[in-house]
Amino acid sequence: MSAAPASSRAAAGTPLIDARDLEKIYSSGDVQVHALRGVSLSVAAGEMLAIKGSSGSGKSTLMNVLGCLDRPTRGRYWLAGEEIGCLGRDRLADIRNRLLGFVFQNFQLLPRTSARENVELPLLYAGVAAKARRQRAEAALARVGLADRAGHQPNQLSGGQQQRVAIARALVNDPKLIFADEPTGNLDSRTSAEILRLFEELGAAGITVLLVTHEREIAAVADRVIEMRDGEIIADRRRASRRSTREDA
Amino acid sequence: MSFVQVLFVAVRALLRNPLRSFLTALGIVIGVGCVIAMTSIGSGARARVDETFSAMGSNMLIIHSGTSRRGGARGGAGTLPTLQWEDLEAIQNEVPAIASAAPLLTSAAQLMAEGQNWASSVRGTTPVYFEIRNWPIGRGRFFYDAEVDAGAKVIVLGQTVVDNLFGAFTDPIGQIVRVGRVPFEVVGVAAKKGQSAFGTDNDDVAFVPVTSYRSRIEGGLGQFLDGTIFASAVSAEATQEAQRQIEELLRARHRIRPGEPDDFVVRNLGDLAAAQQEGARTMTSLLAGIALVSLVVGGIGIMNIMLVSVTERTREIGLRMAVGARPRSILSQFLVESMVLSLIGGLLGVAAGLGSASWLVARFDWPMLLEPGIVALALGTSAVVGIAFGLYPAWKASRLDPIQALRYE
Repeated sequence: MSAAPASSRAAAGTPLIDARDLEKIYSSGDVQVHALRGVSLSVAAGEMLAIKGSSGSGKSTLMNVLGCLDRPTRGRYWLAGEEIGCLGRDRLADIRNRLLGFVFQNFQLLPRTSARENVELPLLYAGVAAKARRQRAEAALARVGLADRAGHQPNQLSGGQQQRVAIARALVNDPKLIFADEPTGNLDSRTSAEILRLFEELGAAGITVLLVTHEREIAAVADRVIEMRDGEIIADRRRASRRSTREDA
Repeated sequence: MSFVQVLFVAVRALLRNPLRSFLTALGIVIGVGCVIAMTSIGSGARARVDETFSAMGSNMLIIHSGTSRRGGARGGAGTLPTLQWEDLEAIQNEVPAIASAAPLLTSAAQLMAEGQNWASSVRGTTPVYFEIRNWPIGRGRFFYDAEVDAGAKVIVLGQTVVDNLFGAFTDPIGQIVRVGRVPFEVVGVAAKKGQSAFGTDNDDVAFVPVTSYRSRIEGGLGQFLDGTIFASAVSAEATQEAQRQIEELLRARHRIRPGEPDDFVVRNLGDLAAAQQEGARTMTSLLAGIALVSLVVGGIGIMNIMLVSVTERTREIGLRMAVGARPRSILSQFLVESMVLSLIGGLLGVAAGLGSASWLVARFDWPMLLEPGIVALALGTSAVVGIAFGLYPAWKASRLDPIQALRYE
């Protein structure tokens, strides 16, 4: 987690995400739905990026493809220099495990399982030994400000706390890239602000964050906003000011 | 993930729903419990049959004289005395599969003691007869070979005769019992043998040396042996062979040409024992079959619950995949879960089976014999059931699409 912004930027010679002409067609019966119609996107390491759009715009599909949860129908995709399109399920699982972290709208924590064990989950599949798993999970929980809640189960935590646990879980295996799909969709505005501040901190620490949202305020924290409609990118704006603030930090 | 980790995850998942896990395992518990209880009691029953027959002398052979023919009417076994004393010697000495042989001459006689008398069966034999019949002495002793050679007037009584002649308060040993008019000294009382398999009283007998019997009780037939020969094979397995050898020997000695019928009858109790054994075995396998069916039913219960569990935990599966679980990890997680369920069910079933078997044993005085092979088989079967019936749900889980699984409501 100690990767400084400077070093990420040094690696930014090759973009972290390099997607070209991605198309995704879902067919159910006779009906074909073009969820993505030729999306090209390049994201440098350390960027904080928001993908905006109304529902049905294809933003979730894009996130799924970029997050190696789904494969594009057409187009090519390189993640950290590795082409993803041709990989099998096992390799995709390994990449999700090593390089990516996910934060979902409805938290997706395992019920009746302590916060620490929830956070340990990615490490379990990474084959980390029990003692190291515990230490790293506790460190990740401390990082999101929940060091004292490690033993609590999800139903004993507030929505904001549950989302923090989910963020700790996304962080625990030192990912290069975190995907957050409507991370504040189920939270009140005060808690949302706290969660967004947490994402900003992660961005400041050099982790590439990709927020998917339809809320303007959330997109506002990003230093690059991509707007989608009908499976296409219709706008790609950079916010120079925020980026410079981060460089001052 | 290592196997230990998978095991840990599986056990954790099962413990999240302890009652359901227990109820699911119950099918296996009952199945395995039945297998263990049934086979334990079944083997016990078989062991008891074995015991009973070896008490009767399961390697015992009985040789009768042949059948008389007068015109068209045939008498029963032994009506034509064809066995000779020399045949007995030959059987003793020349048949390799025979351990020992004894004559048994029988007649009804009135026994008299002081003040009481009792009609019973008097038998002339040699001491080896008691060995062949597996008949221990109760009090005193059997007569010796030397007493047989000398034609001593000694008698061994059965318990029923003792009860009727002396009652409970007189020690019969050393008393004089007269058979007809000949006095015999009581030297022993044979152990109580109870009712025979055919409903007669085994203990209503008196034994005297065969020599005394021939000289004092029945005149005898010279060279012919007017009675039966009891022989014992060297082992229960050798009984058939012994029978064949005796038949061969006697046919040769009696100069019976090939094609002509035997003039003697050899019977062995091994056949009866084998039939009983077979019956017990059939019963055991029938019960084990029923138990196996209930194991399969238990397996279906496991499959059912695992399918429910996969559906219920679709989002969990999706999440595990999102954070890096390979399909194989998901497959093994659910497979190990169902295997742990059925193995725990199997272990509890062994305990329950042994418990109920020993309760039945205590309650109804049934014999019980635990076969370690059956325990291993039952546990192995329950593990196989767990894998076989867990495979489809686990495969289904591993084929889930992570995105759809995560969105599953």
